[in-house]
Amino acid sequence: MTRLYTCNLHVHTCLSPCGDLDMHPSAVVEEAVLQHLDIIAVCDHNTSGNVRYVQKAAEGSGLTVIPGMEVTTREEVHVIALFESVEQLESLQEIVYEHLSGLNDEKAFGMQVLVNEIGEVEGFNERLLIGATDISLETLVEKVHESGGLAVAAHIDRPSFSVLSQLGFVPGHVPFDALEISARLPFDQARSRFPELAGYTFITSSDAHFVHDIGKTCIRMNLEEPSFPEIRLAFEKKKGRYVLE
Amino acid sequence: MTLQTLIDELGLKCKCCWEKLGNEIEGGYAGDLLSDVMGNSKKGDIWVTRQVHLNIVAVASLKEHAGIVIVQGASPDKDTIEKAQKEGIPIMVSDLPEFELVGKIYHLMHHAQ
Repeated sequence: MTRLYTCNLHVHTCLSPCGDLDMHPSAVVEEAVLQHLDIIAVCDHNTSGNVRYVQKAAEGSGLTVIPGMEVTTREEVHVIALFESVEQLESLQEIVYEHLSGLNDEKAFGMQVLVNEIGEVEGFNERLLIGATDISLETLVEKVHESGGLAVAAHIDRPSFSVLSQLGFVPGHVPFDALEISARLPFDQARSRFPELAGYTFITSSDAHFVHDIGKTCIRMNLEEPSFPEIRLAFEKKKGRYVLE
Repeated sequence: MTLQTLIDELGLKCKCCWEKLGNEIEGGYAGDLLSDVMGNSKKGDIWVTRQVHLNIVAVASLKEHAGIVIVQGASPDKDTIEKAQKEGIPIMVSDLPEFELVGKIYHLMHHAQ
């Protein structure tokens, strides 16, 4: 039996330099539960460090937390990578760190805080997480797939860090599993604005950097259960699973 | 001014389409956001960019650019060169930063006029 699940597949935490410091794992989970979300994906910039803590914070809450990361390619395109397990995510993390240089400047970009499930600071990430990796878009999508993940082009309608702003159009040979539309653009407007992308699954999310954005601009997916394999089926529009537009 | 003149004057390295170096340059455009280049560059422009992705060839072809110069010693991908060869879009590379190269090209074009 399938039913509709409410999902936000692009949520930051306080580990992203631009993420609000109030976005610590238990606060993210609390708000997601309050907003009746079934699934969230935690996608910090080029890092996965808070994912385990958000999963721990969600234990027993009924909320499913999908491990994810928002990776910046060398073209400065943001790509959301989603995985079934934290181990898969961490295999991508190794590759991303090998290709990401520079150190963060907290005054310029913000703090990058690792916070555990009960709100204790575990440490600070010193890398320049706001920076770009030197991995090409094609290679990144390939690596995400090799690690068992799904690759979603982030906020394609935005004038910066999107595949359309950086590369003019979606390269047909890059096998994205879905394209994300920003909170500013409703599905119907996105469909009429991008007729050439009719073949792609669209998702929308709030790209939440603040607690009050977690419950905004979610998608509803028809799934049998709130799990990664079901999300994959919904992206592929198979076995009656789909993203409701 | 032709692409060959630009290569000779500025020490650019040509990566493909040597047969097209007689292409006349009518203007120029500098930009790394391909959406911006698609919107604002013109036919016959020499396009200066730091972007090396395959899509630069499609943009240059669509806009009928005279050629592309990649700056800062960046290497275009193998796919990019192959596509450019197929589409007839000359790609040149320069070790100079974008600002300096654009300044030199601008000076050459206005001096030539």
